[in-house]
Amino acid sequence: MFELSPQDWTAVQLSLRVAAVSTLVALPLGITIATLLARKSFWGKSIIDAAVHLPLVLPPVATGYLLLISFGRKAPIGAFLADHFGIVFSFRWTGAALACGVMAFPLMVRAIRLSVESIDRRLEDAAATLGANRMWTFVTVTLPLALPGIIAGMMLAFARALGEFGATITFVSNIPGETQTISAAIYTLLQVPGGDTAALKLVAVSIIISFAALVASEWLSRRATARLHGA
Amino acid sequence: MALEARNCAPAWGIAMLVVQVEKQLGEFAINASFASEGGTTALFGPSGAGKTSVINMIAGLMKPDRGRIVLDGEVLLETAAYIDVPVFRRRIGYVFQEGRLFPHLTVKHNLDYGRWIAGHVANPAAFNHVVELLNIGHLLDRRPGKLSGGERQRVAVGRALLMRPRLLLLDEPLASLDATRKRGILPYLERLRDEARVPIIYVSHNAAEVRRIASSVVQLVDGRVAATGGIDLLDAAQADMLA
Repeated sequence: MFELSPQDWTAVQLSLRVAAVSTLVALPLGITIATLLARKSFWGKSIIDAAVHLPLVLPPVATGYLLLISFGRKAPIGAFLADHFGIVFSFRWTGAALACGVMAFPLMVRAIRLSVESIDRRLEDAAATLGANRMWTFVTVTLPLALPGIIAGMMLAFARALGEFGATITFVSNIPGETQTISAAIYTLLQVPGGDTAALKLVAVSIIISFAALVASEWLSRRATARLHGA
Repeated sequence: MALEARNCAPAWGIAMLVVQVEKQLGEFAINASFASEGGTTALFGPSGAGKTSVINMIAGLMKPDRGRIVLDGEVLLETAAYIDVPVFRRRIGYVFQEGRLFPHLTVKHNLDYGRWIAGHVANPAAFNHVVELLNIGHLLDRRPGKLSGGERQRVAVGRALLMRPRLLLLDEPLASLDATRKRGILPYLERLRDEARVPIIYVSHNAAEVRRIASSVVQLVDGRVAATGGIDLLDAAQADMLA
């Protein structure tokens, strides 16, 4: 029952790679933006806040189209990146990762921002009296205390990336072996007669992956929280 | 006001610590000037007198509207000259009312934090001396969440001491403890005063505590220095309260 076709395997592996890469690449930016939003007040803060949340409320197809007209091979940003850095997004798995990262970003930022906001800032004052400048205070106090939220944010982003469909298929299409993730593969299988069984197998695989990710993050998060409260 | 305070400055030329600060906090105004010759100075007064605000300004956690703070001849703050040494460069140890130990670090790493941040080589002799002085050797591997209130405050004192401060600020370190725990920790504070050779500013509203710990007293009332002197000042203050 559980034999996947080579093409389905490729889709599973690609999905995992896309989700992992998009989560890891988005993380530093996510932590930075979340901390800025949680801590600083500056001109245009509400605009940045809204922009970060836009992919959450915009139809995914619209997000995908926006990516296409800005990061496509002939689009302004896409052409610049391709000519100067050799980074190409259109119709590549990197483009799928970009689409997933953008779609997952609001969830990641929200989770991290909440945990940064809940940190007792008096602990940061204590670090300062002990000789830590802002950067060291951030690295040795703020980040470790925000860890449960960072783990939760990564988990949400990973899960969102794994399930992403609309933006990805609009931006980088549905090319087996290059941009065909699990979601796209299931969709493709359902378009052909007799594809149900294969589709169901992929559904089962995605359930297993999601479940494992949930359990792992719950465990990590609990461990991190326990460390903060003694034990 | 500010001028008045500055006129006193020459007399304090040799003082270890000179504090002249003005700060408006909503309706409440702080305008305090005093000097300390070292030893243990109590900042004494009823709650709401602005004691914590004053030591926050000494530590650099709060910025005065106007003022001047000099420690060991180094100007830490002089608003007129736009001098304001940041908190992390002042090397002033601070024991907070609630300890503020880092919950994600063990007691040992909390104690070691200041040395580690400064990039100094580990000094086991100094470390053990402080651990012994405060009797916290059996707590080293625990996390702050597993400590009693008294233990937490002793670790907080040790953490501030081990950063090798030029001045130690203690903000009502016993306020959060019950009477038994208070009696338990007072002897440690006396040992600290006698053995650590660090000048101390001890904030308290409790005359009995101040009598045991301090050698001189700065009395703060409504954000202003009402009197300065030896601990005999406390008798007068108590007489005032009875009258």
